[in-house]
This record gives sequence, C-alpha cells and structure tokens, in this order.
Amino acid sequence: MLDSIKDFASWFFVTGDPLIYGADVSIVLASAAIIGVLTYFKKWTWLWKNWLTTVDHKKIGIMYILAALLMLFRGGVDALMMRTQIALPDIKFLHPEHYNQVFTTHGTVMILFMAMPLMFGLFNIIVPLQIGARDVAFPFLNALSFWLFFMGAMLFNLSFVIGGSPDAGWTSYPPLAGLMHNPGVGENFYIWGIQISGIGSLATGINFLVTLIKMRAPGMTLMKMPMFSWSVFATCIIIVLAFPILTVTLALLFLDRFGGAHFFTLDLGGNPMMYINLFWMWGHPEVYIVILPAFGIFSEVVATFSRKRLFGYKSMVFAMLVISVLSFFTWLHHFFTMGSGADINAFFAITTMLIAIPTGVKIFNWLFTMYQGRIRFELPMMWTIAFIPCFVVGGMTGVLLSVAPADFQFHNSYFLIAHFHQVLIGGVVFGYFAGLYYWWPKMFGFKLDHTLGKWAFWFWNIGFYVCFMPQYSLGLMGMTRRISEYSWDTGWAPLNFISTIGAFLMGIAFILQVAQIVKSVFKHKKVSNDPWDARTLEWTTASPAPEYNFAVIPRVRAVDDWWETKERRAKGIADDPQPELEPIHMPKNSAIPIIMSVCWFVAGFGFVFGWWWFYVPGLIGVALCMIARSFSYDTDYYIPVDEIKRTEAAIRGSV
Amino acid sequence: MDKKPRSLRTLIAVVVTLVTLGALIWGMFFTADYLVLDPKGPIGEAQKDLIIISTVLCSIVIVPVLILTAIIVWRYRDNPKRKAAYKPNWHDSTILETIWWGVPILIIVVLAAVTARYTYALEPSKPIDANQKPLTIQVVSLDWKWLFMYPEEGIATVNTLTIPEDVPVRFQLSADSPMNSFWIPQLGGQIYAMSGMSMTLYLKADEVGTYFGSGANFTGEHFGKMTFDVHAVTGDDYQKWVDKVKENKGSTLTEASYADLAKPGVMGETEFSSFPEGLYDKIAFKYVVDGQSSHHGSSGTADETKKDGTDMDMPGMSHDSHQMGESHPGH
Repeated sequence: MLDSIKDFASWFFVTGDPLIYGADVSIVLASAAIIGVLTYFKKWTWLWKNWLTTVDHKKIGIMYILAALLMLFRGGVDALMMRTQIALPDIKFLHPEHYNQVFTTHGTVMILFMAMPLMFGLFNIIVPLQIGARDVAFPFLNALSFWLFFMGAMLFNLSFVIGGSPDAGWTSYPPLAGLMHNPGVGENFYIWGIQISGIGSLATGINFLVTLIKMRAPGMTLMKMPMFSWSVFATCIIIVLAFPILTVTLALLFLDRFGGAHFFTLDLGGNPMMYINLFWMWGHPEVYIVILPAFGIFSEVVATFSRKRLFGYKSMVFAMLVISVLSFFTWLHHFFTMGSGADINAFFAITTMLIAIPTGVKIFNWLFTMYQGRIRFELPMMWTIAFIPCFVVGGMTGVLLSVAPADFQFHNSYFLIAHFHQVLIGGVVFGYFAGLYYWWPKMFGFKLDHTLGKWAFWFWNIGFYVCFMPQYSLGLMGMTRRISEYSWDTGWAPLNFISTIGAFLMGIAFILQVAQIVKSVFKHKKVSNDPWDARTLEWTTASPAPEYNFAVIPRVRAVDDWWETKERRAKGIADDPQPELEPIHMPKNSAIPIIMSVCWFVAGFGFVFGWWWFYVPGLIGVALCMIARSFSYDTDYYIPVDEIKRTEAAIRGSV
Repeated sequence: MDKKPRSLRTLIAVVVTLVTLGALIWGMFFTADYLVLDPKGPIGEAQKDLIIISTVLCSIVIVPVLILTAIIVWRYRDNPKRKAAYKPNWHDSTILETIWWGVPILIIVVLAAVTARYTYALEPSKPIDANQKPLTIQVVSLDWKWLFMYPEEGIATVNTLTIPEDVPVRFQLSADSPMNSFWIPQLGGQIYAMSGMSMTLYLKADEVGTYFGSGANFTGEHFGKMTFDVHAVTGDDYQKWVDKVKENKGSTLTEASYADLAKPGVMGETEFSSFPEGLYDKIAFKYVVDGQSSHHGSSGTADETKKDGTDMDMPGMSHDSHQMGESHPGH
C-alpha cells in the first residue's frame, strides 16, 4: 500500500531536479504568505466581493494585467534559464529534456498567457472609457472570460510541478506531440490549458466587437472613434475568425491522444501536416492579434505627446483593416521548406510581403504626427520612440524571411528567432509598456516613478539589442533553434555569451519595473482627470474612474473630442449644458464566472490524466453553473441619483 | 544645477560601457564564420544573391526612415529654445500619403517579381544541371541520428556524408522519427524530412571541403546531437572512399540491425558496406495503406519512387518536379 502510494507520488509529482524542488518550496511559501496576509488583515470578504466576483471592466482589466505580469516573470525566468544553458553548454545547467520543456513553456506562456492577457487588460480598462460607455456589452461574459483565462493559465502552469511540462515546442507539432512520440501527460496540459483560456479569448473578442459596434457614445461615428478603439475592433475581428480554428485543432489533437483517433497521426490515414496548416491558420493571425492593439496604443501616445492630431487617420484605419484581412492569407510562410511546390510558395511569399505595405504606411504616419509637433519625452513616448527603429528593422528582416527561396536558409535558424523576438518585444512588449505607463494614472490615480522608469527603459533597450542582434549573426552562422548543446568548433559560443548578457540586462530591467511600481504605490502624487493633457474621452472622467465611468454619457462631436473641448474652453466658449443626472443602470456582481471556471479547471485536470471521476463532476459543475445563470433574473440594479451626486462630489473634493 | 557633474559622470560611464560593449560585439560580428554568406555550391550561391538583393531593396525604405526618425525626434522635441514650427492641426496630406503608399508598393512589386522568379528557379526538386547525371543519396532522419544510403554504390553511413565535388547530388529525404529538416548551409537551403513521404532536394558542392550539416527541426530530446559533416572530395577520392567502405565487410546494415538503429538514441559516425535493398522505400512508405489512395503521397508516388530506385540509369528526372506536388499531403 505504502509502496503504491510512493510510486504514484513519484509519477504524479515532478521529481529529481533541484531547480524544481526550489520552485516547489517557493510556491508553497508564497501561497502560505498570501493566505496568511489575507487572513490576518481579515481581507477575504473584501477580496471576494470586490475582486473575485466583480463584473466591473476596470477591475477585471487590473486582474488581467496582474496575471500577465506574473506570467511575464515566469516566461522571463524560463528565458534566462535557456540563455544560461546556451551561453555555457558545457556546464550542463539544463538536461536536454528539461531544456525542451523550458522552451515549450516559455513560448506558450509568453504568447498565450502574457501577451494576450496584457492586451485584454488594456482593452478592458480603456475601451469602454474611450468610447464613452459604462461597461462592456456583456459584463458577466467578460468576467467569465477572465476566469477561464486565469484557470487555463493555472492548469498549464501546474504541469511544472505535477505530471511534467509539455516538451514538444509551443507549436506542438505532431507526430512529436502525438501519443506515438509523446505518451506523457505534458501535452495534455498544453492542450487543456490553452483550450480553456482560448474559450475566454474568443468570448472577449465577441464581447468587444459588440461593445464597439453598439455602445459608442452618441455622436461618435465609426470614423470618429479613437485609434486604439479601432485597433481593438480590427483585432477582435481576427480573434473571432481565428480562435475557433485553434479550438478545433486542439480538440482534434486531443481526440488523437485521448480517444484513439487518427487525425494527425502517422498511421491509419492521419495527416500531421494538416495540424501544421491549421495551427498556423490560427497562429499567424494571432501575431497580428497581439500587434494591432500595440499600433493603436502608439497612435494615441504619439498624438498626445506630440500635442498634435494623428496624421492620416483614414489611412491608419484602412491600413489596420487591410492587415487584419491579409493576416489570414500568409500562414504557409511558416513552412516554405515542407515542399509545397513553387506555385504555392510564390503565392504565400507575395501575400506575406504585401503586409509590409500597410505596416510601413503606419510608421510614416506616426513619424509625420511627430513632425511639426512638440514632443515630450514622458515614459509612454520614450517607449514609442524606441519602438519605431526596432520595429522597422524587425519588419525588414520579416520581409527577408518572406522571400521564399531565401527562407530555405533562414528557416529554423536563430535568424528567425531574432526576427520574431524583435517584432514581438520591439512591437508588442514595447507597445503594451507604453500603454501601461500611459493609462496607469487612469487605472490608479497616480503616475509611475519617472526616474526608475527611465532606468528600466534603458536596460530593456540596451539589453534587447545586446541579446538579439548577435542572434541574427548566429542564424547566418548556421545555428538552429531549440538546440541545448553545441560543440566549440561551431564558433557559436562567443556571440551566444554576449546574447545571454543582453537577456540578463532585460531581466534587470524587469526587476527595475517592479521596483518602480512598488515605489510609486507607496510614494506618489495624486493626479487629476487628465495628467498628460491628452485628447480622448477616457481623460474626461476621474482617475481612477468611478464604477459607472461617466455620470452623464458624453456627446461626441469630433475625432479627439476632449482636445477639441479643451480648445473651445481656452477660447472662452462655454460647454454644452449638461443634462440632468439620471439613475444609472449597472450589472450586479456574480460568483458564477469564477465557480464555473474552477469547474472547467477540474474537468481539464481530469482530462489531462484521463480520470473520469475528475472530469465528469467538473463538466457537471459547468452545466450546473450555466443552468443557474439561465434562471437568475436578479442580475442588475440602479445607482440612485443622490449616490451619484455624492460620488461626484467626493471625486471633485479629493483632487 | 549642482546635479550636473554627477549626471555627466553617469553619462560618461554609460558611454564608455556602451563603446566597450559595442567594440566587443563588433569584433565578434566580423570574426564570425557566416556559413550562409559563404556558399560553396550553386544553390547556396543563388540564395545568397537573393538575400543581398532583398536586403538592398528593403534598405531603400528602411534607411531613410531611420534617418528621418532621428531627425524628427530631435528637431521637434519640446524645448523652449527650439525654433521649429508647430502645427497642431496639420493632419492630412494627399501628396505625402500617396508617396508612402506608393513607394513601398513599388518596392514590393519588384521584390515580388524577383522572389517569384527565384522560387521557380530554386524549387528544391528541380535538377541542377540537366546534362549531368546526379548522384542519389537517400536520407532518413532517425531518433537522433541521420542515416545516409547510397543506392548506386550499395553503401550506407550514419552521421557522415561524403560526396564528389562538381556532381549534383539528388537527396531523397524521409524520416522514421518526428519530422526533421536537412540543412547544409554552405551548399544550400534546407528541406523537411518527414515520415510517410519522400522529398527531393538537389545540391552541389563546387569545391573540395568539409561542410557543416544539421537537423534543423526539433525532433525531441537529443535532436541537438544530429549534426554531421559533409566531405566534398574529388571524383577519385570519392571512388577510393566508396571502395574502402565496401571492403569493410564486417559492418553491414541488415533489417535487424536497422531496427536497432531506429531506436531512440545518440551515436557517432558509422559506415556500412551494404544495406538491404528497398530499405528507403520501406521506411518512406511504411504508413501508406495498400490499395487506398492515402494522405501521404498517393500510391502512385510510391511506385514512381520505387522505379527511381531501380532505374537509376534513366536520365528522365523530369517526374521529380511533380513528385513534390504529389507527395504533398492532401492530394
């Protein structure tokens, strides 16, 4: 009996690596500390009522961002572990098997559990405020999306200590990811972690699409919508069309592994290449899903900090919509070297190059927004200025990769690694940082410390170039991705060592940012509604905004409506008379999203191990939650006028 | 104002660090051994040309943009002493917009034309020189080693390749493992080696030398060990090498020893004086279900390749060009 428990435990828990034991201990300590603090300060009710059951888009946004920063830490530690191994392959810091797990989780976490939630966090906080709405179209669904993402991410991360991490790469190509070559439970964690959070992503896409179409303030026609909202619109179109492909693909892969199906197996008529096609039919649009909102952020930031209207608004909108359509016609460039023939390769090479055109146009428009402006070097603007050269060079290497016959020499090499990190860090990460710094005062009512922010900025930027420029060279020297060891005669060691130094500089930069947040939380000045002298509606309401966002729904006349209002006020023209306050209709908090997501987590965990006594109750729980929600009619309430008056007075008094 | 010397010192420290680091990296960039940019065969040569052409074309836009960025950011910074104009409401210009939609379009049109031409010219299954009989080498990716079979010579090797210079080599590639990618940077670009299908890649070495090759696509635990050297030797030396391998009757590859070889594991370089006939086809088409037009290449493709295997003297390599299409799944 004791022996069988021992056997089970040594199979069930990941064992044998001191790094993992260290992580186990720190996870237990951190959890104990959190529980201890919450209990000591009697904060459990506060946590439950104000956060875990909230349907307020602003709070959900903050939770998304917190989770994303946590995942950025995890993905970043993965990256540093890999870079350590690659810099000094002879010290055998990571065994190949462990290395394979680490690069798999690094990629998956960074794209799906870092970039996506950081993006959704910014959507949540800003979009309703920017279009003059009181919440998203479906607040309950919004909370459900968040909790599905969170539980999916937790399930994925659980593989670190239980069962074993996936190790077939973030792309998880069969046959390597199939049962034949990968019988462990790691791949199941990959499938279910992404699957559960993917449902949330799809729901968020639908939610924001509807919000942007139906909930804009009166007078805000589509062509008066702020550029960030436009970018969210374009992104949501891609999400709605692309995420179902991922869901179906992973479902089929799971059927192969779990139900003995043969969709992607080698034998009995399966076809692994079909997986690769399907994966990239989602995977390439996914890249544009994360970059388009960054484009939106840059557009807002560049106009605000140049004190000038965004150049070529119509062109910018058109370019973004063109990108979102084209993104669906380029997927094959991820496997030019799989022998599709010259006709197909030529077609996809050209569609890929075409994307460079609208993207280039956007760069010119940002430059000419700055041209004849007055550029203030606040943190959001610094990240935007750093983005332009970085993304331009990264975009250029992307065009080089799109040249199909040349790609035969770039594919799978570090040249490719350098390229996509340059566009994903230089574009997406820099963009979201710009957005975080820009909208931080709107979220919390204070700016982040400028000095520490500058240090972090320079460490990030220098670290980035030191890390990734050598990797272009390494690619041309023949170094391929995902290897954990190489011999000295390859001549790759010195540049790899340099690259690793850069990675650690970025690690320091991240610590500086954490320090910056901590310092600013304890020592800051409260800011007014509009600390940056900005242009759009989110800056007309308090920082942070009250739960109902706007006491009176604004009426919009122009692009950059708030800037125009300020101009009128400067000329001495009075504002339009405000209508009387009316009771505000609000959604009620609900515990169902978090409970339902926990049920999904239980079901997912059961599917990972194939334990019906786990997944059947989990799925029953999900069904019960749906039924409970269908029959709950007490889902909304009104904020009375006196309370609005009291809140508004308190806001005015506090600034 | 008394803070100035300190920030100056910080600035100097930063600049010195940057310059040192820069010089170090610069040195390494220049002493590096760029295999892709130092090709030793016609395919690699053409790919290098294409890399240079596309880089130059892109630079037409990129370099001005980088310069413009620096100028604009400097000139229009918010500074009480600056004299540059400020036009907060200027946000539209048809002429400018036409320029920056137009110029990238023109460049992409040129690049697209060049790419399309090269894509057909460098189609990997296209013979390099129709007048010269190629040497066929059958390549199989295993967990975690490469098996190379020389059907014309009847010999096989593991993790080492020897080829004659100036003779086109026709690689047929398959896998008995997860999909890998066969890459010899100095000879030319890579192509995938996949289970259940056969791919074709023509390469040629113009010079005698030893070239680095590797498995470029991740296939599991020890795939990083799947590197191999390609020895390009003179025709005479090649014949001598073949004879030497054939003489060593002690090491032959049999069906049984292949089964051992295919098991996951790492190994060094090995040479076999013989291998079972038809082994490659057996590996490449082991998942094709008889009598049924399956996913991985129709049974027609399998027959065609078998014909290639036995009819090596036939000059007609024309069917190679469409074999690629047929062996692609989904047909």
